Amino acid sequence: MAGSHADVRKHVRTYLMVFGALAVGTALTVAASYVHISTGWNNAIALVIASVKASLVAAIFMHLKWERGVSIWWTLLICAAFFLVLIFLPVLTTFDLPRQAQHGMWG
Amino acid sequence: MSAETLPYTVHPHPITGVYSGKLGTWLFLASEVMLFGALFSSYVLLRVSAAHWPGHDETHLSVPIGTFNTLVLIVSSVTMVMAWASLKMNEFAKARWYLAATVVLALVFLLVKLFFEYMPKWEHGHRPGFSSFFALYYTLTGLHALHIIGGIIVITYFLLPGSALWKKDPEYYTNRIECTGLYWHFVDLVWIFLFPVLYLM
Amino acid sequence: MTAEHHGQHGHHELGWWRKYVFSTDHKVIGVQYAVTALFFLFFGFCLMMIMRWQLAYPGRPLPLIGGLFGEANMPGGIMLPEFYNSLGAMHGTIMVFLGVVPMVVGGFGNYVMPLQIGAPDMSFPKLNMVSYWVYFVGGVVMLTSFFVPGGAANSGWTSYAPLSVIATMGQTMWLLGMVFLITSSLLGSVNFIVTIIQLRAKGLTMFRLPFFVWAQFVTAFLLLLAFPPLEAAAVLQLMDRVAGTSFFIPAGLVVSGQVLPTDNLPQTGGGNPLLWQHLFWFLAHPEVYVLILPGMGIVTEVIANNTRKPVWGYRTMVYALVFLGFMSFIVWAHHMFITGMGTTLSAFFATTTMIISIPSVVILTALLITLHRASIRFTTPMLFALAFLPMFAVGGLTGLPLGLPAADIPLHDTYYVIAHFHYVVAPGTIFAIFAGIYYWFPKVTGRTFDPFLGKIHFWLSLVFINIVFAPMFWVGMAGVSRRLYDQTVYAHGLAVQPAVELSSWAAWLLGLAQIPFIINFFMSIRKGRTVSDNPWEGTTLEWVAPSPPPHGNFASVPVVYRGPYEYSVPGSAREFFPQNVVAEA
Repeated sequence: MAGSHADVRKHVRTYLMVFGALAVGTALTVAASYVHISTGWNNAIALVIASVKASLVAAIFMHLKWERGVSIWWTLLICAAFFLVLIFLPVLTTFDLPRQAQHGMWG
Repeated sequence: MSAETLPYTVHPHPITGVYSGKLGTWLFLASEVMLFGALFSSYVLLRVSAAHWPGHDETHLSVPIGTFNTLVLIVSSVTMVMAWASLKMNEFAKARWYLAATVVLALVFLLVKLFFEYMPKWEHGHRPGFSSFFALYYTLTGLHALHIIGGIIVITYFLLPGSALWKKDPEYYTNRIECTGLYWHFVDLVWIFLFPVLYLM
Repeated sequence: MTAEHHGQHGHHELGWWRKYVFSTDHKVIGVQYAVTALFFLFFGFCLMMIMRWQLAYPGRPLPLIGGLFGEANMPGGIMLPEFYNSLGAMHGTIMVFLGVVPMVVGGFGNYVMPLQIGAPDMSFPKLNMVSYWVYFVGGVVMLTSFFVPGGAANSGWTSYAPLSVIATMGQTMWLLGMVFLITSSLLGSVNFIVTIIQLRAKGLTMFRLPFFVWAQFVTAFLLLLAFPPLEAAAVLQLMDRVAGTSFFIPAGLVVSGQVLPTDNLPQTGGGNPLLWQHLFWFLAHPEVYVLILPGMGIVTEVIANNTRKPVWGYRTMVYALVFLGFMSFIVWAHHMFITGMGTTLSAFFATTTMIISIPSVVILTALLITLHRASIRFTTPMLFALAFLPMFAVGGLTGLPLGLPAADIPLHDTYYVIAHFHYVVAPGTIFAIFAGIYYWFPKVTGRTFDPFLGKIHFWLSLVFINIVFAPMFWVGMAGVSRRLYDQTVYAHGLAVQPAVELSSWAAWLLGLAQIPFIINFFMSIRKGRTVSDNPWEGTTLEWVAPSPPPHGNFASVPVVYRGPYEYSVPGSAREFFPQNVVAEA
């Protein structure tokens, strides 16, 4: 991470711009929740905006944009993979029913 | 063997490019992602398989309060990163103000939660056992609040007794504030997802 | 950057408490973990030895010591079903979470790994100390649970809902204890990963690391990423038990003839018991790899050293290890084949389970090939390491039918499963633990074990442990379920009772067979033959340090010039090259 004063001062501007973006993003999320399309689309929009906000926090506030440490990137990659597994596989398993449950005993 | 004499505590490792505390903090955050991930996974499973999931009209979660708290945390993230930036620019006094501001904002978040959300809900009968939604609401926000309390304790430590480290080894102190900041931004990040999931979806 | 000074403290001498109790030295902490874990292994073993009386002679009073357990547990010396269940649940919990993992990771990992990478200590010494004491508190909570009203947890080490939610107070203590143990593990795993990445000696690239260090590295990632979901699940179960939530309680549940909610159980339902199973097994499957991988690491070190050969296929073993670690996260639902899963997801998990057997076989095969045309030294650690290979093979191969849904249906929750996993953990990992203790004892103490007592310990243990577990495959295939208080009430259970009785006797004899080890241990600490720093003529860096290593480990920072197993290098004058020896001119 660059240590010189000039670099950090430039970054301060970036921090404030990101704050603006996050505030706008929050307002957008709330506004979007009042526009009813369908539950699926509404939820998707909310999550997409949240993901953008989270990416900004991670990239700028958490310095990932400037991060040279490869170990950190590997850690995040592996973590992301298992996070997705944890979110999706249990619910998929719940809905994959044996044939009898889906079609009845003689179906 | 004290940490200060172990290599790469303050200066980054020439090959890996990080100092040990930062790598350790990121690894810890990865485990926290899995912790909250399990709770989000529970939310997904219980909601998708529920016959009925309460909408906003049933849960009565206040969007304005939630939005306010979201903004409070975002600002606290800004003050936290500004604290670190100030230290990088050798402005210790400014950094202390920013750290103090972070703590104040965190306390505001918690107090709003307690007085304007938890307590009215509890009295109204919307307790953890009321429904799956409220069970998840209290557990998710409760665990998040515990993390905020943890952050407050750590930041306060660096603001008060721990600040002596700045005189002894300013770079080491700056690094520790950076790591604290990483944790704090993560707590903000979790809330960025919690807010829409609980209040808007 | 200033040169870091190792072993040069020069300042205050630490008091007794800071030196031996709240030490931040990885070696002291490693010994603390190992001693505590040995106690828990012994305690867990005793729990099972008592259980085996009930299994062999159901309903008969336990002679001599039956009265010691109190009227609440064993009135008239006859075991109550609830106490049997407690013994079973706590045997599993203690062996896995308080015994094996703290031993192989906390004990061996902490002591040996920093030495093997040429580091003065772990990256975060104070965190290391905290990890141990949090583990200790977790252990105290678990032990105390035996004395609360209702006794210790009795819903299996798997604590399945809804039974665990309605269980007595011991279950709450189990959950609290687990929170401590998981926290300890998480802090430890961060320490291990950062240490291995950051503190390797100059010249020690990742592919020059001893396989033991690679095993600890992958294991630490498993602990780091798989444990948090169980911590979350424990919180959810605590909420169900204490706050009246219904994360795991389905609607309309009937308890003791009454539909929920009742006065005692205010849960209104809407939850899913399978949610607990998913979150539990998401950890518990990687957990079983946590149990075996460090053992494979230990065995590899001992085999390389006692065959005087480099390990065959070192790189392949490392890739297999990493692949195994990754796959271990996506096989968990093979523990849930009979929960009503459909064919699509069952096929997915069966496929991943079959795939994950491949890297295990690769590692095992590489070790077996290493034995070919080797100059084998049958030292005590080598005997245990050699026995590990076929025992782990039996354990692993018998797991295959369990990974296939159709074959799993008759075998699930029978003694077949118990036999399978005990083969992997008992003559598998525990033999690896013994190999490690006999192997590294000279480094820790500067003395060796008596080899004769060691060999007696080995042969008796090998014979009896097989007699305990081999009949269980047959008992399981005959249909006898796990966790039965009295299997003789069933005709199929009665029919195999002689095998059950045989297992019990073998288990008691196995307990007696540990006496030579215990005698050897205490005798050798005081009066064992003193040896040089490198009595086994090993190549890895821990043998460069003095025995025992001082604070800071190495007199001067080691520099590494070669791989970890340069034994019998063709064309060279030396029989073996420690890693820090410069190349010949």
